[in-house]
Amino acid sequence: MKVMDHAEKSKVFNGDEKRVDWHDETLWFIRKKRDVATHNIPEWEDLREAGSQIKNHSLSNLNHYLQQFETNAKANGIVIHWAKDGEEHNKIVLGLLQKHQITEMVKSKSMLTEECHLNDYLENNGVAVVDSDLGERIVQLAKEAPSHIVLPCIHKKKEEIGELFHEFLGTPEGSADPQLLTEAARQSLRNTFLTRRAALTGVNFAIAETGEFVVCTNEGNADMGAHLADIHIASMGIEKVIPLRKHLSIFLRLLTRSATGQPITTYSSHFATPAKGKELHIILVDNGRTKQLARPDFRNSLKCIRCAACFNTCPVYRRSGGHSYQSVIAGPIGSILMPNLDMKKHADLPFASSLCGSCSNVCPVKIDIHDQLYKWRQVIVKEGYANPAKTVAMKLMAKTLASPTLYKMAGKAARTTLKYAPFVVNNKFNAWYLHRDMPEVPKSSFGEWYNKNRKNND
Amino acid sequence: MTSREKILEAVQSSQPDLRELPNLDLFYKTYATVEQDRAKFIQTVQMIGAKAYEVNGYEEIIKRIKSDFEITGKRVVSAVRELDQIAQQYTATDNHELANVELMILPTHFAVAENGACWVDDELFEERLLLFIPQHLVFIVKKDQIVPNLHQAYRLIADKKYGYGAFVAGPSKTADIEQSLVLGAHGPRSLTVFML
Ligand code: SF4
Repeated sequence: MKVMDHAEKSKVFNGDEKRVDWHDETLWFIRKKRDVATHNIPEWEDLREAGSQIKNHSLSNLNHYLQQFETNAKANGIVIHWAKDGEEHNKIVLGLLQKHQITEMVKSKSMLTEECHLNDYLENNGVAVVDSDLGERIVQLAKEAPSHIVLPCIHKKKEEIGELFHEFLGTPEGSADPQLLTEAARQSLRNTFLTRRAALTGVNFAIAETGEFVVCTNEGNADMGAHLADIHIASMGIEKVIPLRKHLSIFLRLLTRSATGQPITTYSSHFATPAKGKELHIILVDNGRTKQLARPDFRNSLKCIRCAACFNTCPVYRRSGGHSYQSVIAGPIGSILMPNLDMKKHADLPFASSLCGSCSNVCPVKIDIHDQLYKWRQVIVKEGYANPAKTVAMKLMAKTLASPTLYKMAGKAARTTLKYAPFVVNNKFNAWYLHRDMPEVPKSSFGEWYNKNRKNND
Repeated sequence: MTSREKILEAVQSSQPDLRELPNLDLFYKTYATVEQDRAKFIQTVQMIGAKAYEVNGYEEIIKRIKSDFEITGKRVVSAVRELDQIAQQYTATDNHELANVELMILPTHFAVAENGACWVDDELFEERLLLFIPQHLVFIVKKDQIVPNLHQAYRLIADKKYGYGAFVAGPSKTADIEQSLVLGAHGPRSLTVFML
């Protein structure tokens, strides 16, 4: 169990109201850029549908596509490794480095390696890791975890980054100009790229037909690392495989417009063979993915292409910050993926949502995010990970919601939920809730429930 | 049982019944003319922080490069024979040697109007780092090689064999510090596209 749950952590985050407003507005700004970009594409909804169906198909035939990908990648000269969990993944990476007597590695953004806690593992085994994505480098220097999967240091003010860079990179004290700070990071990381013999990158898409994989970045850090190193290790979850190269047109059109509102990332790099005289390795990682695949209600969370649109639009994420989730992947999709890995530890996350459905509306691969959050709540109560007071009300509500007409519309469901079992919607009346316009609830029963529930939780 | 066998077996027993692949025909219809695609490409390139020029020959490119960049005393490398007058070809084998390149001039296969990207693969040049390490990057694309969108782009490379290929759209950039856009993150600080 977490010492503090999401609601309590949110309260801490909400202690600084100005900062919360800033965080909220910054993310909403990105959401609006996404809207502009998508409204420029008349066939946007067709793209989403196609993306969703290709992913559904890929997951339904994953066994075949994984083997096809392996065969073709091997024929291309890529070495394939399989890891059932994070620990095995980390051991494979360390083994490769040790084989070449490498003690320093440069890494580009990979949420999977965060999930496996690779950095800690390598540091404990004498390997120094430098994260090269600017946002990740910043949180690494601050000894923090990323708070957002696309914008790792979105929670940080430029003044704080200025202080960090003053300490670690020798920038002038008090300077907080993004241009100057980025330039300092560029100089320092350039030296890193030029001196590292091993580079690890993530994978955005892997193509069964050709055995190649695609990495998308704006900074060019994945490529700088990979092309200057002797060994390139690419870590990927097994759900990243899609059938054909031409399917990339669907996903690359969806990905960055959803993420930042750009028409495409600066670099979409297709790695099919190792460069002359170099090694290219791919580690295919399960780490709970087959477990999620076996859950009919939750398997389509594996369609996620990690664009973070659901984060940017989420009223709870925007007003509680990524760290409140205390999980590798925060936000609405993290709240579905994380309980699969550890239901007890992350029992709070499916409750960190207003069930407004905005996440499902923006998701480029049409994951029914808010429905799944609601379903997780039921599973968590049933499995006994919610406190007893919640369970009684949950049963009551289940009855109400058993009527399909009531449940049909998320808004309606949320309202019903609010009336009969408010905790399902807002858990412990955390601070973000106070800033949200929620339907009115009868005051007396609300207060009664609140007092009782609060006591049970304290 | 190896991890490979365990994973493949778990996938086999967990994956749902086969779902159909969608029909993608509708994405391949385009209504724009060649001129419209070209105009759209120029507009997009500017939007993503790069420059685009329509030119009639290599002489014009050389003139423009000389006026836009301070190259005297700086290292200029190119993979375009016609530019030998201002640039050297890259022939070394250790790519670390490229660290001091100021300007890189590269050919590209084709460009994409909707997102301002150019496609480059190792049929044109072998060293992958050429795209990333220079301070400034210049692309040359044939005027009649601009496709409207990514669907048409992948149609051109659907069956192509390459070891490495990339869509490159604009200069390297980041907005990781408070969402302020800064050009020149780790790769080139600027990108200029000549449409020949
Ligand atoms: S769940 Fe959908 S919206 Fe959220 S990160 Fe994944 S693909 Fe993007």
